[in-house]
Amino acid sequence: MKELNTQRDVWQVLREYTPARIAQGRVGVSLPTRANLLFQLDHARARDAVHCPFNAAQFARDYRAKFSAEQAALILQSEAADRAQYLQRPDLGRRLADAQWHKLRQTANDAQPFDIAIVVADGLSSAAVEHHALALLEFIVPAMHAQNLRLAPLSIATQARVALGDDIGEALKARLVVVLIGERPGLSSPDSLGAYITYAPQRACTDAQRNCISNIRNGGLSYQQACDTAMYLITTALKKSLTGVGLKDESVLLEGQTTKHIPFFRSSK
Amino acid sequence: MPFSVNLGHQHYVFGDLKTLLAKATPARSGDVLAGIAASSSEERVAAQYALADLPLRHFLNDLVIPYEDDEVTRLIIDSHDSQAFAPVSQLSVGEFRDYLLSDATTTESLRQLAPGLTPEMVAAVSKLMRVQDLILVAKKCEVVTRFRNTLGLANHFSTRLQPNHPTDDAAGIAASIVDGLLYASGDAVIGINPASDNTQTVSRLLYLLEDVITRFDIPTQSCVLTHVTTTLELINQGAPVDLVFQSITGTEAANNSFGVNLSILAEAHAAAQSLQRGTVGNNVMYFETGQGSALSANAHHGVDQQTLETRAYAVARAFSPLLVNTVVGFIGPEYLYNGKQIIRAGLEDHFCGKLLGLPMGCDICYTNHAEADQDDMDMLLTQFVAAGGNFIMGIPGADDIMLNYQTTSFHDALYIRRLLNLPPAPEFFQWLQSSNIMDSQGALFSGELPARFAQALSLKGQA
Repeated sequence: MKELNTQRDVWQVLREYTPARIAQGRVGVSLPTRANLLFQLDHARARDAVHCPFNAAQFARDYRAKFSAEQAALILQSEAADRAQYLQRPDLGRRLADAQWHKLRQTANDAQPFDIAIVVADGLSSAAVEHHALALLEFIVPAMHAQNLRLAPLSIATQARVALGDDIGEALKARLVVVLIGERPGLSSPDSLGAYITYAPQRACTDAQRNCISNIRNGGLSYQQACDTAMYLITTALKKSLTGVGLKDESVLLEGQTTKHIPFFRSSK
Repeated sequence: MPFSVNLGHQHYVFGDLKTLLAKATPARSGDVLAGIAASSSEERVAAQYALADLPLRHFLNDLVIPYEDDEVTRLIIDSHDSQAFAPVSQLSVGEFRDYLLSDATTTESLRQLAPGLTPEMVAAVSKLMRVQDLILVAKKCEVVTRFRNTLGLANHFSTRLQPNHPTDDAAGIAASIVDGLLYASGDAVIGINPASDNTQTVSRLLYLLEDVITRFDIPTQSCVLTHVTTTLELINQGAPVDLVFQSITGTEAANNSFGVNLSILAEAHAAAQSLQRGTVGNNVMYFETGQGSALSANAHHGVDQQTLETRAYAVARAFSPLLVNTVVGFIGPEYLYNGKQIIRAGLEDHFCGKLLGLPMGCDICYTNHAEADQDDMDMLLTQFVAAGGNFIMGIPGADDIMLNYQTTSFHDALYIRRLLNLPPAPEFFQWLQSSNIMDSQGALFSGELPARFAQALSLKGQA
């Protein structure tokens, strides 16, 4: 396709400084056809990330193959029956059905209680979980073993919100739950994974009692960075017996990493 | 006190005022989630019949959230201006709709009426109105505010330049700002949502924005949209704060969950005003709201989300804001399920805010888990600006790479300017012309960088 009527933006070189959709040019005042199609494609992918079902059984098999020394994963579903209900009733996505809860409770080990329950949950992006959850586990699980933490069997949950981890952690009598969940997909990041850490999980927990590590994806936080931050938060949480607003995040560290210089501004002095 | 109505053989009873208001509300998922929506289409219209007969005076005595329980209710009642209310004090809600639509009701009469209206009256009448009613009445309202330029004049329309970046990277933010300015965006405010609430980061971004505004000599204002307490701290540290931002909602309990109350807002308002950084006015507050926020904070008292949204405007108007922005599609499909619900909510919010005397803008937006797309946004954009909306967001390519949602782009603003022939704020429009970005007819430059930008920027491959 030739861009016969496109007015190009002469500041296209600024694109190297941001993933934002700058300097797209225009036809009249409107978006050129190519840019418009790219937007439609990205939106379609983000929509598919929300609506394509997460294949929990396949994930459990892949986990088994990678982590043969671990116990087999448990497959769970929230009380939301399908995606349409999941999207409109977040309360159902936070709850485990009684039958599943009691079955899970039998897995709890009173003699040697679990330190950590890990939950892999579809959330709002099955693509995020399918692309990143297993790879992240390959960092986190060995790191937990290195700290001699006792792990509950992995839970794999569908139609799940973050707070479903509270029910799971409580049923398993785990000291702390880590939920790896597909985040709300962005146009440029349909497969971003989040990690939510909650100490003493139980149904009454609020979001103020959690710590969150966001934006785990290609072009975002790396698995190593995510694992380092998670292990820092987890070990501190177990020491201090809390998570949430009382446990400070790493924002000072982030501030240290970001660029403060604007190379394309001439000195105004 | 119960309300009842007979429709044919069917007798409908509504137990109290908040039930009546909730059942009369056009369908939306948040009210269903809260368990307060009408259970059938006929019940909804029955509630609208009953509401139409309710005297406006009734809202001054029958309060949806008790006076002693909620400081927003106390603010609404204590600040009610009964003299301003006089012209409509004998009307029912249905008669009030007709009054608003009548040719005799003008821009000036609505301006005088505003302090006499309570949020609940305004929310109630909106529930009896179609989209075209919401547009036509809102279009009569004119709410003008000033800081370094004049916003909200009739037949003008403004944009917030929103140059967000996922790591608050200075070069990334500056690249989006340059893009926006060259697309004629940014007269309402250049406002960054920071990824981090870290005080150091927010401070750095405030200095960055001050540098840009000074460097290009732009008649506009800056804002970093962080918590009011962080902004207060930065004011005390001497950082260049133009506007104080805060998200607000319609109940004391929900505001508490945001970590704010009327007294902290008053403190921040006074602190920012004392800096005297405005040149043509001193409206220093920037508020954001959105239907569903009180329910999301579990602090809705069984009141429908549209009425609560309108109560948030009572909080806003106590502080003479420069900008009030209803972020209509951000909250997700559990509150506004699809394009139809988002569009109506945006127009209701604009109507209700304007009637209460607020400078309403709209973040015309959706998330990727809502049943909405660019066509829905085009419809809301066109209707919102036709209704006289003060401002919208402007971001590169409609894609917010930090907040992960889609809002209006720089191109979208140019579309609506061309369609409806609306220039930006006069001072900013003058600057665009003197900078050779836009001509007096509103046409954008083409070809080489305008001189002001060519001098200030050093772009690779260009002299």
